[in-house]
Amino acid sequence: MQIKPGSRWRSGVCDGEIVIVRPPKTDEALACGGVPMKPASEPPGEKAPMTDRSGEPPLVGKRYGDEASGLEVLCNKAGGGVLTFGGRPLVVREAKKLPSSD
Amino acid sequence: MNIALLLEMAADAFPDRIAFGGANGLTLAGLSDSARGGAAWLSDQPGATLGFVGLNSEAFPTALFAGALSGRALAPLNYRLPDADLRKLAARTAPSVIVADNDMAGRIEGVAGVEVVTRSDFMAICAQAPRRDLEPTGEDAVAVLLFTSGTTGEPKAAVLRHEKLFSYVIGGVELGSAGEDEAALVGVPPYHIAGVAAVLTGVYAARRSVYLQAFSPEAWVDLVTEESVTQAMVVPTMLGRILDELERRGERLPALKSLSYGGGRMPRSVIERALRLLPHAGFVNAYGLTETSSTIALLGPEDHRAALSSDDERARRRLGSVGRPLPTVELEIRDAAGRVKPPGETGEIFVRGPQVAGEYLHKKAIDSEGWFATNDAGRLDDDGYLFVEGRLDDVIVRGGENISPGEIEDVLRANPNVEDVAVFGLPDDQWGEKIAAVVSPASAGLRRDELVEWARARLKSTRTPESWAFRDALPYNETGKLLRRALRDDLLKGEAE
Repeated sequence: MQIKPGSRWRSGVCDGEIVIVRPPKTDEALACGGVPMKPASEPPGEKAPMTDRSGEPPLVGKRYGDEASGLEVLCNKAGGGVLTFGGRPLVVREAKKLPSSD
Repeated sequence: MNIALLLEMAADAFPDRIAFGGANGLTLAGLSDSARGGAAWLSDQPGATLGFVGLNSEAFPTALFAGALSGRALAPLNYRLPDADLRKLAARTAPSVIVADNDMAGRIEGVAGVEVVTRSDFMAICAQAPRRDLEPTGEDAVAVLLFTSGTTGEPKAAVLRHEKLFSYVIGGVELGSAGEDEAALVGVPPYHIAGVAAVLTGVYAARRSVYLQAFSPEAWVDLVTEESVTQAMVVPTMLGRILDELERRGERLPALKSLSYGGGRMPRSVIERALRLLPHAGFVNAYGLTETSSTIALLGPEDHRAALSSDDERARRRLGSVGRPLPTVELEIRDAAGRVKPPGETGEIFVRGPQVAGEYLHKKAIDSEGWFATNDAGRLDDDGYLFVEGRLDDVIVRGGENISPGEIEDVLRANPNVEDVAVFGLPDDQWGEKIAAVVSPASAGLRRDELVEWARARLKSTRTPESWAFRDALPYNETGKLLRRALRDDLLKGEAE
């Protein structure tokens, strides 16, 4: 399924939800806890059991990225499953903290 | 990436934080709920634009997010315009609903295609309208329409889409990064990009904001003291007057942690005085445009302190810069033919990045590679610090030489007897243009010869003003922009008489 910038995706294993900041250049599986994520516009349905328990689950407000594909996501609802793209765990990206200017 | 998601995330994580107002102000959860009510109602109204005519109040963030949730672009209009001009702008939003302060609603009554709702009626609707789930707005949708100040012609409607504003916020602010004791004073009006950005970054950082509706130095200092304000943004014309008031009261605002400024040229003498008077505050000079979703470059607190304490003239001079571009923004200086200029040379400032909108209604102003021409003249130093020299339209062309008014103004402003100065070109038969300076003296009896001599000792002879005039004060608009054109017209009229 095409992953468009701005689209929202829901975890199939937990309450986690993400929004796509930068789409991937490759066509691979976006997963949470080892289970493919679903567009948030679709009905949530039953949660599946987690098959991947490695790594840290995402925190709300943090951005995560995958170097290889260019994918970048923002976690807008925290969950228990770890995010992967094509099996590679997404890595947290620290926003450079800027002094407030507005 | 609808900007409403910023509020949703902040409200989920920090529902009870006050977003706007004092101790009993509007919480993030309350704002989110109000916006949902407003959006449900707006969905049944005609048009794709929600106008806003009013002072800063809780109604402004409510309208912004209600618009975002219902797919209506918020168009805050400049209520300071004369009625005829305000009605013209209102007509440009039609078909639309316009939320107007109760005492301003009459001014836009009867504009074709515009339904006016008073602020108090709108807030009541937001509180009462039945909530319902709405179709999500496309990411390409317009979030905000801002009419530029029109100091150089008819106001243009700058288009800010959701993705641009969203990128600006998440690029520089962490969700909930504000401490519980933090409070921002917002004194810029809703129709200014900084007023829009302040809502978005404040909400996402979960920081409390308090509004100052009309600026006076007394009211500003009162509010900062009463609300233990930790950060504020001012335009240069405000800062000098605030410092006078602080000295008069012997007040030093101990809670103030950060003071940012932008929107015009800050005289070096004023910022140096501010740094000495408020050494505990971090100063930030921000440079940005409406078309770039606010800040694209900034000079941070460390740079300010380094500049003040340094013996190195290069570091000191950086107080006159706007710092370095944000990490998410690319910036180039180009000549008229589009070639990139090396450090030290002046040209037009071009920017590119996810927050750069560069779009007006019915007109994209961004090239195929995403670059936006700012129409500002500037140069970079060897370390990448950006010096903005003013609008390109203001550059004086004298005998084929391009002269930035800013450079000459800086030199004249450094004269202790000069309070303020404006430099611009006047038509000249021999040179095409000649340099004119209008000076507001700091002390009585300032003579023209003294200034000519001062300028000659510090500037190339071709850059010494040839025409001089004196005024008690120079004209600025309310957001700190010098009205050069008004002065120029004034002088031309004088010459003709």
